[in-house]
Amino acid sequence: MSQKYFFAAAVALGALLMSLPKMQSQATQQTPAQTSKKQPSDKHRPQPSDNEGQRIFDGQCARCHTAPDGFSPRITNAIVRHMRVRANLSATDEKAILRFMNP
Amino acid sequence: MSRFSSLNSYWKGRTLGLLAALAVSSISFAGAQNVPAISGGVAFLTSTNGGNTTYTPLIEPLLAAPIGKHILIESRAAILETFSPDSTGYNHTHFAGLTYLQGDYIASPHLTIVGGSFLLPFGTYNERLSPVWIGNFQDGPLIASLGLLSTGTGVGGMLRGSAISRRKYSIDYATWFSARSGNEQFNSERSFGGRASLYLQDSRLEVGLSYDRSLQGTQENFYGTHVWWEPKDTAFRLRSEFARGHHAQGYWIEADYRTQAFGGLNSWVGRFEPLFRMQQTFRRDTIISDGLPLVNTQRADFGLDYNLPHNTRILTSYSRQFSSSNNTNIWETGIVYRFLFPAWKGKSQ
Repeated sequence: MSQKYFFAAAVALGALLMSLPKMQSQATQQTPAQTSKKQPSDKHRPQPSDNEGQRIFDGQCARCHTAPDGFSPRITNAIVRHMRVRANLSATDEKAILRFMNP
Repeated sequence: MSRFSSLNSYWKGRTLGLLAALAVSSISFAGAQNVPAISGGVAFLTSTNGGNTTYTPLIEPLLAAPIGKHILIESRAAILETFSPDSTGYNHTHFAGLTYLQGDYIASPHLTIVGGSFLLPFGTYNERLSPVWIGNFQDGPLIASLGLLSTGTGVGGMLRGSAISRRKYSIDYATWFSARSGNEQFNSERSFGGRASLYLQDSRLEVGLSYDRSLQGTQENFYGTHVWWEPKDTAFRLRSEFARGHHAQGYWIEADYRTQAFGGLNSWVGRFEPLFRMQQTFRRDTIISDGLPLVNTQRADFGLDYNLPHNTRILTSYSRQFSSSNNTNIWETGIVYRFLFPAWKGKSQ
């Protein structure tokens, strides 16, 4: 296959990939803290602060990586502070994500 | 891999001693929630280029140790063995070294002071995508070395943080100065630079500019820009970078997608992640100093990753690279496991 046709095919594939996000989401990603333990449905229903944390997590953290499957709450502070520096999070965002991971 | 240098026993001892001291200081200052985290990735990677297959087992551990309310010590290392074919069969080489070791002091809501050996914040790849447990492709982009001043790390200081953070947008920055260091473990060039990014929360669009300048030998400027777009409520990501140096320039665009239409991201279908990356490099002259290919090169990467449960990913890709010197096919496969656990047991609050 010549280079010209190869790249035409590659660009077409890229355009196809870019059209995929029009499919709307049907599920919301769970955070590590949520997936690591069983939760009664009503008692742990996300509060407004949880929603803010979810919004920030989706907007800031999930840009680079998916959430790990689960981890000890003892290292939440270390993880969030590491991400505050690496991702240049604001102090407000850091607190919201901490609350979100340790409700 | 050029970014890894071998440890001599002297520096290995000093480094381990320093890490132990940091761990001890973390014990004495830390509350129960300040237990250091050990994270990282273990991988087994294969790459077949022009019929030759190399095998690379690799581990990249990362330590993040908070001390008190304002300090964080963090470091990442890489230990790997590369088995590659030669005329007599297979040869193997060993690399072990610290990728970075830095101390962070959170001075105010808008300012963090970083000291030590740090990853250069030029573009996005070096800081965000280079960990083996994050990158979608085994290989970094062809232009990854542009602006990274040979080593990808600086030894000196950096100021960074969130300049403005609003509900609809945020602006962050990083500016740094590095001294020249010939130390085997912490090698760096005398240089300075910075990066600023604007992130629009509603449209999930990020645009950033990077600049740095080498201040030793032939002084050169490097410019970069990046655009990331991740539409809300989708698992689609479009990332791109352009970088320009004194002797070469280039770009890459990467798209990846996970469907949520068949039971969500954790269904067996949703765990598939098709990828595509397009990249080109262009030489501006024939002076070679930046690690880019010696001739203009085009490359298309087609990947298919599978995200297994328990933080494990299977990476596969096929790349076709075109240049005036030769055209090559590159096949890559790998499996990566991400680990994340406390450094010690500690107490629960």
